Amino acid sequence: MRSRKRQRLWLVSIGVLLLGGAAALALTAFEDNLVFFHSPSDLKAGKAEVGQLIRIGGLVEDGSIARQPGTAITAFRVTDGAATATVTYEGILPDLFREGQGVVVRGRLLADGAFQGVEVLAKHDENYMPPEVADALKKSGHWKMGEDAPPKGAGS
Amino acid sequence: MTAELGHFALVAAFVLAAVQMSVPLWGAAKGDLGLMELARTTAIGQFLLIILSFAALVNAFVVSDFSVLNVVQNSHSTKPLLYKISGAWGNHEGSLLLWVLILALFGAMVAAFGRNLPPSLRARTLSVQAMIAFGFMAFMIFTSNPFDRSLPAPADGQGLNPLLQDPGLAFHPPFLYFGYVGLSIAFSFAVAALIEGKVDAAWACWVRPWTLAAWCGLTVGIGLGSWWAYYELGWGGFWFWDPVENASFIPWLCATALLHSAIVVEKRDALKSWTILLAIIAFSMSLLGTFLVRSGVLTSVHAFATDPERGVFILALLGVAIGGSLTLYAIRAPALQAGGLFQPISREGGLLLNNLFLSAAAGTVLLGTLYPLFLDVLDAGKVSVGPPYFNATFGPLMAPVLVAMVIGPFLSWKRADLGHALIRLWMALAAAAIAIALVLIYSGVKGVLPALGVGAAVWIIVGTLVEFADRIKLGRAPLGESVRRLRRQPRSAYGMTTAHIGVGLVVAGVLGATVFKTESIQVMRPGDTVVVAGYGFTLDRVEDIRGANYVAERAVFRLSSDGVEFAAVNAERRNYPVERQQTTEAGIHTTWFADLYAVVGEGDSRNGWTTRIYHNPLVPWIWLGTIVMAIGGAISLTDRRLRIGAPTTRRAKGAASNDGPVPAGAD
Repeated sequence: MRSRKRQRLWLVSIGVLLLGGAAALALTAFEDNLVFFHSPSDLKAGKAEVGQLIRIGGLVEDGSIARQPGTAITAFRVTDGAATATVTYEGILPDLFREGQGVVVRGRLLADGAFQGVEVLAKHDENYMPPEVADALKKSGHWKMGEDAPPKGAGS
Repeated sequence: MTAELGHFALVAAFVLAAVQMSVPLWGAAKGDLGLMELARTTAIGQFLLIILSFAALVNAFVVSDFSVLNVVQNSHSTKPLLYKISGAWGNHEGSLLLWVLILALFGAMVAAFGRNLPPSLRARTLSVQAMIAFGFMAFMIFTSNPFDRSLPAPADGQGLNPLLQDPGLAFHPPFLYFGYVGLSIAFSFAVAALIEGKVDAAWACWVRPWTLAAWCGLTVGIGLGSWWAYYELGWGGFWFWDPVENASFIPWLCATALLHSAIVVEKRDALKSWTILLAIIAFSMSLLGTFLVRSGVLTSVHAFATDPERGVFILALLGVAIGGSLTLYAIRAPALQAGGLFQPISREGGLLLNNLFLSAAAGTVLLGTLYPLFLDVLDAGKVSVGPPYFNATFGPLMAPVLVAMVIGPFLSWKRADLGHALIRLWMALAAAAIAIALVLIYSGVKGVLPALGVGAAVWIIVGTLVEFADRIKLGRAPLGESVRRLRRQPRSAYGMTTAHIGVGLVVAGVLGATVFKTESIQVMRPGDTVVVAGYGFTLDRVEDIRGANYVAERAVFRLSSDGVEFAAVNAERRNYPVERQQTTEAGIHTTWFADLYAVVGEGDSRNGWTTRIYHNPLVPWIWLGTIVMAIGGAISLTDRRLRIGAPTTRRAKGAASNDGPVPAGAD
């Protein structure tokens, strides 16, 4: 029976060691890679650090989309009703990106206050409102109940 | 009328499940063979009824019966037939019916093919299976009935999300569910074994083919999903560590671990209690995935249901199934007899290492998936956990598995010599070293990690082939002897070799698609040429076209290499008027060693069009490797040892004289 106990001992110690290692790995990875969400109001209030990868969200402001001629760069403004943030993005905007639409942009805040997008998410459905955006709109008091009450994700 | 028939069949199946989950269980406790036999009849009856129900739903979609609410919401009369059919499961209610169909399918298969199972184990397994079915059918009947009427019937439907109107995605759910839900049978076997209080080699032998079949389906399903994301979303990526993807990937990792640990139970009668736990966890992860995907806590293309009531119902189901089975495990597992002993360096040790690392990897993926939800619930801020987290945790945890999976098959059971195994693997070591050196010198990619990754892929593919060659004594014995050995290898050995090579291909493809890809974004006018990775992409023209149920802007790119044109690809931006939605279709030309990938964005003839062009080396290998893995699993499934009801009479014939270790079976 001694050897059986010994087997169990090393089995358990390997398991614990590995579990500890995996946990340590996960925690350090979390530290570096959590991407926080901010609304345009948060940006205005200086809650986000310049240069850090964050996500912002809100509605694409009407009439704010401008393509820079000769380049694949598009500039637009994201609003939560109380504040707006100017975003630039190089690349192809998602199929559902349009004015008045909820959008989430992953990117970095530049020193001049503009936001450089790395990825623009306007997903899947025209009625879909990213939950973060809905929250941001609610917070700033610009949530329109009724006809516009979006977070449905209907059908998608 | 057919809708009512479908509804009626569903309710009848529900009642039958109620019988199946109780009577045979009682019969098994009393030792009443007649009552136990009832499990088989009801399992098959339940399956037939659900087929009928499912057929009724598909029929409603095919004939565009707009008096059925589900059809109104998810179909349209102009939709191509394939998508009318796939629309039947492209929505919350229909996908649940598919879920239940596959649950019943596995139950019926056990009933039909499990003749050699001990009657009590079979009865208990089918009872547990019926409990799951009962819960899900209750969920459907009370909160998500696919046969609800919409009267008066509208003239036409609202259409199906165009993103889902795609051949890859039409077949993605059936395969994925086959795997996802198929794991239920391993769960049912595990719970039944806990009730019986007996786990032995025969049990592992019975449970393994079902797990293997489910694993094959899951592998193909995940592959199809990722293929779809690659060509349909137009981001050039194949995997986004999206919570919904993770929800299917976690069960896959668990199922892979389970396949390997079941070998140890079967061959060495060890790791029994761990294997049972793994079977429970694997299906629990499927249930958790279903909850995450279906409850609307995650918003994605899969989140059909955002009705909180439904979420609570699934959560309750989840609690009962996971809580119940783990409680049973806690009570019964200590009573399981401890099995064979083994040294750390041994076949068992290798398989255990595989299990520990795969489970740890599954754990970190789970953590990364749930963490944002936890924070949100605690109101501690909105965060997202992106690919960098998963790359930083999953990569290091998988690396040892990739190294060990080649060495493992060389080790003998109980006690083995690592040095000896490595000497026999010299060719693979050399090949990997050369590959690493070549990448470091020539690729121009910075850092050692990509080179090590390529080394790992070469190591796996060459090492696995070396192992097979070693097994048939290629080059060490006369050719005739080798051929004879080749023919005597069990199917499971072929299966393992094939599946492991598939892993190597996937690793290579993933590296190509992430580290070695080239990308270029620009504005192009007809006639413009962009050179990416040595290939010229010339925008020939942009034209308006009309499809079955959409209109599109199509950009035609001519591809050239050294000024010689060799192909053309079409990238489209489609507009679906019924659904009022746009989709992007990437234009892809594959050489099998690389994909040339073009996407067109917004634009007009005056300012030009935004285009995004990728050169993705080795990307096709991801899906090739996935298919190869699934084929490996399927080959192994045909092994006579695994054929249901042919337990432990293995290797009766002369092949037992391998001087190497005994074949591990298909892992």
